[in-house]
Amino acid sequence: MRLAPAPTASRRFAQGLLALAALVLVTGGGGGRPAFADTLDDAVNGLASGSGEKISAAVKQLATLDDPRAIPALDALCDDRLRAGADGRAWIFDSHTHDLKDPLTGAPAPAGARPAKEVELDNDIRREAQPVLAQLQLASPDKSVRLAAAEELSKAGSDDAAVMLHKAYDKEKDKGVHDALALAVARLDIQSKDPAARLAAVQLIHKSGNDAMLGELQRLLSVGADGQPQEPDAQVRAEAKEALNAVMSRRRIITAVGSVIYGVSLASVLLFAALGLAITFGLLGVINMAHGEMLMLGAYATYAVQTFFQNHLAGAFQYYLVAAVPVAFIVTFAVGVVLERLVIRHLYNRPLETLLATWGISLILIQTVRLIFGAQNVAVANPDWLAGGVELAHGLVLPYNRIGVVVFVVAVSAAVWVLLYRTRLGLNVRAITQNRNMAACVGIPTKRLDAWMFGLGSGIAGLGGVALSQLGNVGPELGQSYIIDSFMVVVLGGVGRLAGAIVSALGLGVINKLIEPAAGAVMGKIVVLGFIILFIQRRPQGLFAIKGRSEA
Amino acid sequence: MLDQGKNLTMIRRYALSSLLLLGASTFGACEKEEPKPAAAPAAPAAPAAPAAPAAPPADDKGPIKVGILHSLSGTMAISETSLKDVALMTIDEINEAGGVLGRKLEPVVVDPASNWPLFAEKARDLIQNQHVAVTFGCWTSVSRKSVLPVFEELNGLLFYPVQYEGEESSWNVFYTGAAPNQQAIPAVEYLMSKKGGNAKRWVLLGTDYVYPRTTNKILRYFLHSKGVADDDIMEKYTPFGHSDYQTIVADVKKFAAGKRTAVVSTINGDSNVPFYKELGNQGIKATDIPVVAFSVGEEELRGVDTKPLVGQLAAWNYFESIDNPTNKAFIDKWMAYVKKNNLPGGDKRVTNDPMEATYIGIHMWAQAVAQAHTTNVDAVRQAVGYQHFKAPSGFDITMDAENHHLHKPVFIGEVKADGQFRVVWKTEGPIKAEAWSPYIPDDKGKIANWLYPWACGNCTEAKYK
Repeated sequence: MRLAPAPTASRRFAQGLLALAALVLVTGGGGGRPAFADTLDDAVNGLASGSGEKISAAVKQLATLDDPRAIPALDALCDDRLRAGADGRAWIFDSHTHDLKDPLTGAPAPAGARPAKEVELDNDIRREAQPVLAQLQLASPDKSVRLAAAEELSKAGSDDAAVMLHKAYDKEKDKGVHDALALAVARLDIQSKDPAARLAAVQLIHKSGNDAMLGELQRLLSVGADGQPQEPDAQVRAEAKEALNAVMSRRRIITAVGSVIYGVSLASVLLFAALGLAITFGLLGVINMAHGEMLMLGAYATYAVQTFFQNHLAGAFQYYLVAAVPVAFIVTFAVGVVLERLVIRHLYNRPLETLLATWGISLILIQTVRLIFGAQNVAVANPDWLAGGVELAHGLVLPYNRIGVVVFVVAVSAAVWVLLYRTRLGLNVRAITQNRNMAACVGIPTKRLDAWMFGLGSGIAGLGGVALSQLGNVGPELGQSYIIDSFMVVVLGGVGRLAGAIVSALGLGVINKLIEPAAGAVMGKIVVLGFIILFIQRRPQGLFAIKGRSEA
Repeated sequence: MLDQGKNLTMIRRYALSSLLLLGASTFGACEKEEPKPAAAPAAPAAPAAPAAPAAPPADDKGPIKVGILHSLSGTMAISETSLKDVALMTIDEINEAGGVLGRKLEPVVVDPASNWPLFAEKARDLIQNQHVAVTFGCWTSVSRKSVLPVFEELNGLLFYPVQYEGEESSWNVFYTGAAPNQQAIPAVEYLMSKKGGNAKRWVLLGTDYVYPRTTNKILRYFLHSKGVADDDIMEKYTPFGHSDYQTIVADVKKFAAGKRTAVVSTINGDSNVPFYKELGNQGIKATDIPVVAFSVGEEELRGVDTKPLVGQLAAWNYFESIDNPTNKAFIDKWMAYVKKNNLPGGDKRVTNDPMEATYIGIHMWAQAVAQAHTTNVDAVRQAVGYQHFKAPSGFDITMDAENHHLHKPVFIGEVKADGQFRVVWKTEGPIKAEAWSPYIPDDKGKIANWLYPWACGNCTEAKYK
């Protein structure tokens, strides 16, 4: 069931390095120093000891040895892939193939190594091992690995690494890595006894605007127990004050930009929940309380496709989402058409009955799914290309799955727009929306189109389900939490208008996210709902109304 | 011919009223944890009770009826269904060993459908019409608060198996889950220690209802007592089912700049998945900002892609991964039961803390009945205190006769990639529950002691002098 961990740069580098190390060994680098190799071997095997003290001693020894050949072992330790073999040696475990490999040579383990036990590590050991790993990785030929390592070091700021850090800083050519290292050096220098070094460090922090060192700046400016400032040098204090202001103002900008971006991301989710409803409710006038369940069915279709790929197409697993999109659409489209044919078409123009009937259908669908898949949520994993995120600025990360949803919703909205406003089918649908009887008189097959459009609305909800499965839970109750939001968006946007749904989703998302930091998530929702009620009082037709004679 | 405009207006009016209705139900949920509509299906296992006054349950030959009051539908079904299953398994186990007092146990399963008022109705039905000798049930605090007056009025007996916020001790309830000092406080102490990461700053994050709010209140007082200033505590709540944690995670990150920070999460159920996903995607690792959760166990992790969670912490009184013969026997029994009854999930089913607590509770009750030689509630209650039982957690644990809570060991575990926990810290032995937290000033001097001469769950002076 579990996915492979993301092939991080460090691992890729580790593999490369392994090859390199082997090469060095073969070409004579490993010729003369068996004693040294033994120490390394002992230390690596020490990583798989039974007690925390022994492991941390081994980590310390690896730090002093400073030998990049230990990288795969340390990386495996931090990732929980290191195993203690029955022969007392450390082995790297491959969770896919269940193979055990030698951490230094990569050779497969002999039978005597099994059964291998997990290493009993905890966060404390990881906190010790990560800076050592980063320290070794600083010598990597790969720029991105060096950058990650430098960032790790600037975070941890271990004193042991000071000299080495300065050396790497002086040697570094790449600008990005150099800057990251500068920050790591600054963290060390700010503790220095030399006021000039402290001043340089503060200036560096000022320039970078990085808020990771906020605590250090505040410490410099604070007043100690003896009533004296922590920082004796007035010049450094003044510079620290300016740096603090710069960091804080930068942080305010990032927060504001972040709120808007998060708002857009929330809007994309709202829009996905509402887009299908904008068609079934907006164009057909059906109050479809089972709309949320279409989202849920779409998400379960994704789960089913994922399971199928796991069992039959493990090689193409990373692309299961691509296959899930049409499957989810077809399934929910079919369910929608069947629903329309069997139930809803008997209830047109009777909104209250439709409301009750679709509510009943939603309960039936929830319980059916619960009977088939169980009451438990099911695990839908992000494929590797949607895991993680891109760091726009320090402290502002945009997760790939959210970017993915935004892109997807834009694509789907565009497709729906084309369908409604650029095709014959869409023209007919809009005619029906404006005047059903007249449309029927001019020969538009209203009954058939109703079924098609209801299917389309459901199918789009199914696509929404695919998107939502990448963000949150997939369980039988998934739809329940989105039905309110989707009605909110459609009613606010103006019934029957696609653009209305888009604008109102965007507005609600951004407003919600702008309120949230100040008022909290609960209050934010209440404020938004109150706002909508007031707005609908003033303008019952919503943001974008269809112009008609009966409405002024 | 229907006027189109009028039609649209009508639709809108319906839309607005349904929106209001829905809105009202969501925000009601802030206090009430997403109530299901009252139209939720009635429990199949609760046959209509005869209208005639039922015969007194005095016959001591037939089977002993045991009530099981867990939601099998609605939001809480996700957690409570396995408690029903494990209760039935335990009853089977006791019956196979000959029952109690030579009589078989007969489970009466009802479904309160995650609907809090319905909990009270079903509890009344179990005691008055079904004449159950004891009831095992409830998960959320709000459901327990809902049935409490019923059990006290009718002198019933309830075993409550879930960790909770404390501040309660009832004559009619035995609490087999953890009180805050058996879960929350040790977890925070662990994060303060060097091994736990020396946290100096605290984010208290929860779902907005009684359990997180009370727990966080206790934790805030506790942190004050350890010298943590209010500036270093951030408290945030989200509504039930919240799925957008972008802002909160960004805030946590900002708050964490400068001082070592830990997050204490009382986020409930479903919301945990988007929360942890967001943490992972925004690049927060357990080594930077550890998150300790009080509501995430093996069962919750079953529906989750655990990749972003590895290394995060949970505090419980039991983990499935605890290695001892009692636990192995417990797990084997459970897996055999799942297989025999073909329960959904099959060999992916797990055991967790509330399941262990249910198992202990039923056994303790059976022991007490055997000792009291009757199922009479008053006699059994006296016998339940001081019962001890070899629990799957590996300890011989005792029911406290004074405050009706179990003495429990505390474990802190790290999430592993396979959805299990690795124990990284544990107490040396079981610790006694504090029904009233000594850290809350209002609770000063409050005593929960049901023994003579105190005989009360919330008083500062003994009832009898």
